[in-house]
Amino acid sequence: MSATLDRVDAQALFRYALRLGDLSLVLGQRLGEWVGHAPALEEDLGLANIALDLIGQARLLLTYAGEVEGRGRGEDEIAFLREHGEYLNAILVEQPNGDFGQTIVRQVLIDAFQLELYERMATSTDERLAAIAAKSVKEIRYHLRYSSGWLVRLGDGTEDSHARVQSALETLWPYTVELFAEDELDRTMADHGVAPRLSDVQVAWVRRIDEILAEATLKRPRDRPHSWHGKRGQHSEHLGYILAEMQHLQRTYPGARW
Amino acid sequence: MSTPIDDSRQWPLYEVFVRARGGLDHKHVGSLHAADARMAIDHARDLYTRRLEGISIWVVPSKDITASDPAETDSLFEPARDKIYRHPTFYEIPDEVKTL
Repeated sequence: MSATLDRVDAQALFRYALRLGDLSLVLGQRLGEWVGHAPALEEDLGLANIALDLIGQARLLLTYAGEVEGRGRGEDEIAFLREHGEYLNAILVEQPNGDFGQTIVRQVLIDAFQLELYERMATSTDERLAAIAAKSVKEIRYHLRYSSGWLVRLGDGTEDSHARVQSALETLWPYTVELFAEDELDRTMADHGVAPRLSDVQVAWVRRIDEILAEATLKRPRDRPHSWHGKRGQHSEHLGYILAEMQHLQRTYPGARW
Repeated sequence: MSTPIDDSRQWPLYEVFVRARGGLDHKHVGSLHAADARMAIDHARDLYTRRLEGISIWVVPSKDITASDPAETDSLFEPARDKIYRHPTFYEIPDEVKTL
């Protein structure tokens, strides 16, 4: 057990690990929906590879969450047998794939967030989270290379592709507010050096996003107030459909393994 | 199902070369479609190095490769057939040399 547990309340650390893990899990599940439907075979594999990285991150984080919780729940139980309101991902990741451009916009916004977050978390006082972050950063750097490459191609592409990704950006932008909306849990983690301050992450994120958008000739939408709190378990209707599909197997055949 | 493939709408073809590890040559491993060279590298990474096959990738537009003409095989390659003295089979290779 890491020394952090003596100082950070286990229940708080459990919830924080769920926030991180569920973000990866739900996004990985969403990207998986592209398999067999992407615009080219090569993109099919590209998106599936990213989905697998994300699910790999989710496994590490949810396994850790289970250990911290101390009730004997493993990664599968946590991933597949929780209810709607127990998922703590920000709701940006549960937004529909839309067209390929919208998937790419969502991916850029999250990749840049995860990159700035995990780069800083690699020096976390929680050794386990530090190790998971250090491993994940390598994967996420590639994810952002992939997604930002596409965003530039589409944004600085044809009139149609530009209009589509600009419109997707307008649709998804409001959900980014939640990523940086700091509540007591985020504050506790930052106070104990478990996680970076979200305000620091935000500054770096905005800088990075602005660079990508400039290259893609896209306009950053204005921030608007936003009232969803996926991080506290209040989700959009979309999560219900995602869970129905994702949990179907485990709920039909409890304990099924492969 | 029977719709003919319209080649003009396909991304250009790239040939992919992967270096398995330091000290070895890049080897041709296959080809893929991509809109530009950077995308070709990304696709090559996802398609050809997902099982730790390499540490370096080259991509080359297939149209830029000039190939020998199969019809000229006889004149190009046959003349080397009877010149066995060009094979380095008369040397003894020291045990220390691993990757020859």
